[in-house]
Amino acid sequence: MTRIAIDPVTRIEGHLRIEVEVQDGQVTDAWSSGTMFRGIELILRGRDPRDAWVFAQRICGVCTTVHALASVRAVEDALGITIPDNARLIRNLIASSQLVQDHVIHFYHLHALDWVDVTLALKADPGATSTLAQSISTYPKSSRTYFKGVQDRLNAFVNSGHLGLFANGYWGHPAYQLPPEANLLAVAHYLEALDWQRDFIRIHAVLGGKNPHPQSYLVGGMATALNLDNESTINADRLSLLSQLIQRGQDFISQVYIPDVLAIGSFYKNWAKIGAGLGNYFAYGDYPTDTQNNPDTYFFPGGMILGKDLTSILPIDQNQVTEYVTHSWYNYNEGDRAALHPWKGETTPNYTGPQPPYEFLNTDGKYSWLKSPRYNDHAMEVGPLARMLIAYARGKPYVTQPVNAVLRQLNVDASALFSTLGRIAARAIEAQVMVNQLPLWLQQLEDNIARGDLTIHENAHWDPSTWPSESLGWGHHEAPRGSLGHWVHVKDGKIENYQAVVPTTWNAGPRDARGQRGAYEASLLGTPVANPEQPVEILRTVHSFDPCLACAVHVVDPRGREYANIQVV
Amino acid sequence: MDERETILKDGVWASLERRNIPRRSFLRFCSVMAGALALPASYTTRIVHALETTTRPALVWLEFQDCAGNTESALRSSHPTFADIVLDLLSWNYHETVMAPSGKAAEKSLQDTITQQRGKYLAVVEGSIPTGDNGVYCTIGGRSAIDIAQQVCTNAFATIAVGTCASFGGIPAAGGGVTGALGVSQAIPGLKLINLSGCPMNGANLAATLVHYLTFKELPATDALNRPLFAHGDRIHDDCPRRAHYDAGEFVQEWGDEGHRDGWCLYKMGCKGPATNYNCPRIQWNDATNWPIGVGHGCVGCAQPQFWDTMTPFYHALPNVGGFGVEVTAEQVGIGAVATVAALSAIHATGTIIKKQVTKRKDGQAVSPGQVLPQAASASVEVPTEDGSQPAQQETSKEEGTSI
Repeated sequence: MTRIAIDPVTRIEGHLRIEVEVQDGQVTDAWSSGTMFRGIELILRGRDPRDAWVFAQRICGVCTTVHALASVRAVEDALGITIPDNARLIRNLIASSQLVQDHVIHFYHLHALDWVDVTLALKADPGATSTLAQSISTYPKSSRTYFKGVQDRLNAFVNSGHLGLFANGYWGHPAYQLPPEANLLAVAHYLEALDWQRDFIRIHAVLGGKNPHPQSYLVGGMATALNLDNESTINADRLSLLSQLIQRGQDFISQVYIPDVLAIGSFYKNWAKIGAGLGNYFAYGDYPTDTQNNPDTYFFPGGMILGKDLTSILPIDQNQVTEYVTHSWYNYNEGDRAALHPWKGETTPNYTGPQPPYEFLNTDGKYSWLKSPRYNDHAMEVGPLARMLIAYARGKPYVTQPVNAVLRQLNVDASALFSTLGRIAARAIEAQVMVNQLPLWLQQLEDNIARGDLTIHENAHWDPSTWPSESLGWGHHEAPRGSLGHWVHVKDGKIENYQAVVPTTWNAGPRDARGQRGAYEASLLGTPVANPEQPVEILRTVHSFDPCLACAVHVVDPRGREYANIQVV
Repeated sequence: MDERETILKDGVWASLERRNIPRRSFLRFCSVMAGALALPASYTTRIVHALETTTRPALVWLEFQDCAGNTESALRSSHPTFADIVLDLLSWNYHETVMAPSGKAAEKSLQDTITQQRGKYLAVVEGSIPTGDNGVYCTIGGRSAIDIAQQVCTNAFATIAVGTCASFGGIPAAGGGVTGALGVSQAIPGLKLINLSGCPMNGANLAATLVHYLTFKELPATDALNRPLFAHGDRIHDDCPRRAHYDAGEFVQEWGDEGHRDGWCLYKMGCKGPATNYNCPRIQWNDATNWPIGVGHGCVGCAQPQFWDTMTPFYHALPNVGGFGVEVTAEQVGIGAVATVAALSAIHATGTIIKKQVTKRKDGQAVSPGQVLPQAASASVEVPTEDGSQPAQQETSKEEGTSI
C-alpha cells in the first residue's frame, strides 16, 4: 500500500489537496481536502444586503459573476422583488456566456494537458495534422502551413530551454494515447482558445463593464441602461457587437471544441468506464424563461437522480439541503455529527490538522476546510453531467439530440456517461446547447427594446424603508461547475447571516458523519495509477469535475444562531 | 550571423514573424505600450529593442487567499497576449492555475527557479497572506502561505502584488475577517515590490508593467502606496467621460431613469470615482470594450486600500458635497468621505504623468494602507548584476515633470 499526496493539484482554481492509497496499481481509497479559508460570509454580516453581490462575487474570479447572480437572487427572494424581463434576459446572457467561456477554458487550458502530450506534438507531420483537422471540422485554420507555424513556435520554445509552465509535466507517461498529429492539433487549439476566450468574454464587458467581476448587477435588476441612441448605454452598436461575439462563439464551439472533444475522446474510450463515483446527480435547474422564476419554465430543468437510475427523476426542495462538519475544520454546537440547513448554519473554525509544514493529513479526523453538503442525507454530484443527465432523462430535445449524437459518434451507450469521459462530453454538449441559446435571449432583449420596454430595475424596493423588518431568502444558480445556492437572513436592513453552498463543496467535500465519501473521493476508487510519482490518471478524474476551491470554502456565523419565529417572505 | 540576424532568430519578433504578424503591428504594440506607460514616444525604439532581445527572464506566480480573478485578468491581456508573454517574453515557471505539473513535480518547478535564478526572477503574488494561527488558513504542499512567500519573495529580483488582496489585504482582511490576512508588503516588510491593485487588477496594467521591466530591468515608478503611477496616478473622476454631467449637475436619480438612459453622472447612485485612483476610464477593460461606469453602474473604489470597509455602503453617495460645478468641490467629496484615501487621491490628482522611471522608496519599509509616506527625494535604480548577486545601486536623477 502506497500513500500519495497530490498538493497542489494544479490547473484548477484554488487550493486542493488529494491524498490516495494505491495498491496493485489502483486507488483503493481517497481523501479530498481544501487547504485555504477566507471567511467571506463572516465579512458579509452587518452589511447592506444590496452590497452583498459585490462581496459574494469575489468568492471566485474564475466562476466570476455566478456568485453575484445567486446573491442578488437570494436578496430579492428575501425582499419579495420580481425583476423586469430585460434584467432577466441580461442576466441570462451574462450567465450563459460565462458558462460557455468557462467550459472552453476548462477543456483547453485546465484539462487538456492530462490527455495531450505537448512534447509529442513536435513529432507530428503538419501535413497529416492538416488532413486530420479537415476530416473532423470545417474550421478554416487547418492548412499545413498553419500547423507548421504552430510547430515551429513550439520548437523554438522548447529549444530555448525554458519550458516554463510545461516544465516537469508528465510527458512520456504511458497513459498518453494520442498520435502525434492529434497532439499538435490540440496544442494549436490550446493557443487559439486563449485568443478566443479573451474575445468572447467581451460580452461581459458590454453588459457588465468588465471581466473578471462584471459590475452591473443590482438588487432588483441590472444597471445596464438601455438606449439605442446614446453612446453611454446598451445601444445599437453594442447590440451589434454582442451579436458578432455570439456568432464567433457559436463558430468556435461547433468547429473547434466539439470536434476536438470527439476526436480526443475517441482515443480514450477506456475512460468511459472509469471515474463514475457516486451515481447520484442533482441540479436546482436554471435559466428562467419568464419573470416569475417558476422552476417548471427553467431552460435547464432541476431534479435528482439516485443510483444512476435515469428512469426516475426525483423532485427537489432546498429545505433538504444540509451540511456536515464531521471531517471539516469547524465545530457545531450540537456536536460533530449534526447536519444543519444553511439558514440554521453555524461555523466555528477549529483547525485540528497538523501544523505546517506537514507530510500527510490525519484523515481519520477533520481534514478539510470544505464542509460536506448532503441532500436528504445523500452525497451528490453536481455539474454539467448532472444537468445533462437530468435534461436527457426528462426528454428535453435540445439535450437528447446532441447527447445521442455524441454517443453514436463515439459508439458507446448511455451508461458511458457515468464516467470521467462522460463529464467531459457533457460539458462540451452543454456549451453547445447554451451558446445556441444566446442569440434567442439577445433577440428577445432587442424585441423588448423595439417595443419601447426599457425597464431594467424594480425601483419600488430599492429604499430599505420598504423592506420587512426581518426575512429569509434563497437564491440559486446553475453555475458552470454545478448547483450553487446562497441563503441570506436580512434583519433591520442589514445582513444578519449569509451562507453559500457551492458546486465544488458538493463535489470536493470530505466524508460525512456516516462516513459517506464526497463525489471526488468516490470517483477516484479503482482509478489506475501506473506510476505513483506521476499520478496523471488521478488528475484526469479530479479535473473532469472542474474543481474550484475558492468557491468551495466558506464560513458562516461562528457563534451559531437559531432562527425560530422568522417569517419567510 | 550578424547581430541583427541573431535578434531576429531568437527574439519575440522572430516568433511573431512565425505567426505571420506584420512588423508594423509589432511596432504599433510597442508604441501602445509606451503610451500606456506614459513614456515619451522616443522610448518606443527602446521597447522594441528590449522585446526583440529578451532572454526570457523567469517569473513565478503564487496564489494564496485568492479568487484567481487576477489570473483570469492576465488571461484577458492583449498586446501582448497571455500566450505571447508566456511563450515568448518570459519564462513563466510556476503558476498553479495554468501549469502542467501538480504536486511534487510542480514544487520542483518552483524550487528550481529559486535555486537557479536567485535574485533574478520576478515573483508575482495573488491573494492575501493569512498570518493568524501559524498560517493554517492557507497551506500548499503542506507549507503555509507565509512560509512560501518568505522564501520566494525574498529571493526574487522584485515582487509584483496583483490585485487588492495581495496589495493591501483585500476582502479577507475586511471587517469581520478572522484569518489575519495581510497584503504582501505588510506580511513581509522590506521587499522590493509594486502593488498592481484593483479587484481585479487590469491585465493591461500587468502587461505594461512586465514590458517596463523587460525594457528597463526595473519596476515602474510608484505612488506612496507602491502602485504604479501610470495606472494609479489619476483619479477616475478627473478622467471620467461623464464628468461634464457632474459639472452640469446632471445626475442619475433612479436606476433606469431618463438620466441613466442619457449617460448622466452616477455620483448620487454611490459612484466612488471621486475617491479612486485607477486608469479604468482611459484603458478600460477587455480590449478597451467598456468599463463599469460605461455600463451604467458606479465605481466601487476597488483599487483603494480597505475599500470593502471605506467605500461601503456602495450605493450611498459620498457625503459632504457642497454643490457642484467646480473642481475644488470634487476634492471635498473625497475628503469628506474617506479621509485617508481621499488625501492620497488629492495628492495624486495633482501629480502629472511620470516622464522617466524613478525609484520608489529605498528603505523598503512596508506602507500601511492609508499611511502617507514621502517619496525618496533623490532617485536610485537597482539593477541586478550580471551574476544575479546583490543588486548594485545606480544613481539617476528625476526627470522634470515628475511630481509627487
